[in-house]
Amino acid sequence: MVEWEYNNYLMVVKVLNDFLSKLDSQCSCVLQQRIEIRKLRQGEHLILGFSIGGGIDQDPGQNPFSEDKSDKGIYVTRVTPEGPAEVAGLMMGDKVMQVNGWDMTMVTHDQARKRLTKKNEDVVRLLVASLLCNTSPFVQTEFAI
Amino acid sequence: PPTACGLCQSPERAPPAAGQDCPQASAASACGKAQQPPRGPWPIAREEGPCRHGHGVHLLRVLILLWSLPGIPQTRDDNWGETTTAVTGTSEHSLSQEDIVRITKDLEDSVGLDCRRYFSLTLAVVLGLLVFLTPLAFLALPHLLWPDKLLVCGTACEGLFISVAFKLLILLLAVWALFFRAPRAGLPRVFVFRALLAVLVLLFVVSYWLFYGVRILDSQDENYQGIVQYAVSLVDALLFIHYLAIVLLELRQLQPAFSVCVTRSTDGETRHYNLGQLSIQRAALVIIENYYRDFSVHNPALLTASKSRAAKHLAGLKVYNVDGEFPASPATGPENNAATGLAHSQSRAMIAAAARRRDTSHNELYYEEAEHERRVRKRKARLVVAVEEAFTHIKRMQEEEQKKAPGDVMDPREAAQAIFPSMARSLQKYLRTTRQQHCHSMESIQQHLAFCITNDMTPKAFLESYLTPGPTLQYGRERWLARQWTLVSEVSVTSGLKEGAIFLLKCIDFSLVVTAKRIPCIQLSEEFIDPKSHKFVLRLQSETSV
Repeated sequence: MVEWEYNNYLMVVKVLNDFLSKLDSQCSCVLQQRIEIRKLRQGEHLILGFSIGGGIDQDPGQNPFSEDKSDKGIYVTRVTPEGPAEVAGLMMGDKVMQVNGWDMTMVTHDQARKRLTKKNEDVVRLLVASLLCNTSPFVQTEFAI
Repeated sequence: PPTACGLCQSPERAPPAAGQDCPQASAASACGKAQQPPRGPWPIAREEGPCRHGHGVHLLRVLILLWSLPGIPQTRDDNWGETTTAVTGTSEHSLSQEDIVRITKDLEDSVGLDCRRYFSLTLAVVLGLLVFLTPLAFLALPHLLWPDKLLVCGTACEGLFISVAFKLLILLLAVWALFFRAPRAGLPRVFVFRALLAVLVLLFVVSYWLFYGVRILDSQDENYQGIVQYAVSLVDALLFIHYLAIVLLELRQLQPAFSVCVTRSTDGETRHYNLGQLSIQRAALVIIENYYRDFSVHNPALLTASKSRAAKHLAGLKVYNVDGEFPASPATGPENNAATGLAHSQSRAMIAAAARRRDTSHNELYYEEAEHERRVRKRKARLVVAVEEAFTHIKRMQEEEQKKAPGDVMDPREAAQAIFPSMARSLQKYLRTTRQQHCHSMESIQQHLAFCITNDMTPKAFLESYLTPGPTLQYGRERWLARQWTLVSEVSVTSGLKEGAIFLLKCIDFSLVVTAKRIPCIQLSEEFIDPKSHKFVLRLQSETSV
């Protein structure tokens, strides 16, 4: 009898998981957060510990992180582990909307780089938008008998 | 009287010379022996033999298959079928009784065709004479009938005489160029355009005569210049009709409109031709002419393998009808004989049983073909070596040597005869292996060898004609196996080619299946493209680490 209940439960889990995964593929939940990153001094450079891609002069179709393939915004393409960005909570795939109050949605790639790497700033405050995807609470339930 | 060799001759030709037998009773497919073989060290390209029309091919019979048209009761004539079905003789080359009957029937038909040909020829000659003599008559009659009443012909009038003379000359040359050519073949049905043109010319000339007779002869008009101008207008109009004839007969079919696929029924060799807008009989004519140039010679010996395979496939099964009422009898095929009719059920049983049986004939085919390939290559290697060695024995003599050593000087034919025995055996073996031995006789091989020696060809050049089968035209007439054709068509043969038209050109041994497809009509349209749209940028995708 226990086995019957277990199978039933697994079936319910599977159905819900399928339903949620269909929601996931549209990724309609967007989380906007403000992240403060303190720059780290390495030699004579101040680094933030992540890489950006995108810009109005770039090809938006090749951006793997964007929902809409005509989005020419600035995206975080890589986060170095144990770097200041990861510590502050920045994740790969986040879209950078503002840097220290400056808009980043309609800038060229080079302008974005310059705004982030100003030598007289120690701290950058980013407004990022990240998609809530890939984690649905039911899948992570493990059932041990 | 019809001659003994009936296949390629019309009765009015000379019969074959006495002492040369015509192989009606023996195995051959056409009058091979009735022709003189060309003499001389190399083959002479000359039309010899009793058939005067070009290739001596007759497009003799036209059979229109009337399928059931709505409203017309279908009458089946069972008699004509047996003259066109394939001959089931004892072998592929012998003539059976049915053949002889068919040949005599064809002879009777051909007499009728010649009468029609002569009739149209005389009609054309009469029309031509009428056309040429009419302007001259128009000019001469006033002088003959009322010479005293006629006004004197002034300078303009005499100038018109020159004009009439030259235009008539041009018309004469043009008509000779267009119409007086040796006909390539006799067509079974009337050539529609020619008939139309003849009727038009006749009507035209008759109407001119009518006008002339009423307005000029009756009233005895004195204005000779007017009469001359009238004659000039007639000749002008005749030249324009000739222009119309050129356009209808020659120019209209030059532009390709149909792509025609011709397949030989026995071995599947296929060619595609581009034809203009022709009637079916003219298209058949073009295809037959191209057949001799493009298709390789038909070799029935190559088809025996598949026939024996098919026979073996059927031979393995036998249907026994032990007791007709019990379908579950084990001696019959493994299927249940639910169908009515004994033959029906038997054939179905055989097909089903054959489909079920684990047939290993594909295995045999594979190994047999590999073995054959190996054998052919071995023989070919031996042949090439033998021929090369034979050619090294002769050497072209220089001028000085000719004066110094008059010893063993030979002309090309003797040189060929000298080296032929050393390669004869390997060549014969190779031809046997590739089943071409009946296409080449000893005499023809020696002639070809002499030809190659005369023209300083290499052994490879000599062998080329034996390694690959050439087009039908390159072989002697007796090897063609395609002398008499029958056009079989469902629609009238004077109707034009249409999309999807299918007709058959049947020979005794094989048939050519012809399908026509229309070449698509192309619409070109114009669109303006702004040159500013031809500007390009590089697609960038950079990643910068900060």
